[in-house]
Amino acid sequence: MSRLAIGTRVRVRDLIHTGHRRTPVYVRGREGEVVRVVGPFLNPEQLAYGSKGLPAVTLYRIRFSQREVWGGTYAGAAADTLDIEIYEHWLEPVAAH
Amino acid sequence: MERPFHDLGGSEAGPIDRTEHPPSFEEQRIDAMLMLLSDQRRRLIRVDEHRRTMEQFGENFYWQLSYYERWLHSITSLMLEKGIVSRAELEERISRIEKERAAP
Repeated sequence: MSRLAIGTRVRVRDLIHTGHRRTPVYVRGREGEVVRVVGPFLNPEQLAYGSKGLPAVTLYRIRFSQREVWGGTYAGAAADTLDIEIYEHWLEPVAAH
Repeated sequence: MERPFHDLGGSEAGPIDRTEHPPSFEEQRIDAMLMLLSDQRRRLIRVDEHRRTMEQFGENFYWQLSYYERWLHSITSLMLEKGIVSRAELEERISRIEKERAAP
């Protein structure tokens, strides 16, 4: 079951690195918005060790502002966005600004 | 937060080499092995296990290897790890091939 609805503001958690992880460092701690509930998938962070990957985890497409992700080093337009798919256990909802 | 060596997103990488590199016969064989080992019928390797294994090479070994060499070492490690091929079988086969190649 998906816990986060489209439009929810979320922050990417900064979980420990140990083991196979599927969320790149550059989005950790960043805030974005759920733009699509992709659906449930076997957990790749478990499949990596030969398990069955259960329980399945919901994958979401999250949209970030490029300026938010890269800070002062981003030279593109303020409206530029980055979409990246992230599993639910990496996401926590944040209060609306 | 510290970045794992294989997590490269956003780091400086210089210009991108856009020339085409047709795969060699050897690379095609490595590709075929992984496809066969991970197909629906065999399911001996999951792509996530393959990625995890390459991440575990350690930074020095990882960067010494070409793209398909990483695949080959991952396939070998996973076959050993899962007990599908034993270390003795692997070594016996390598030494047999070396002898065949050395023969006039």
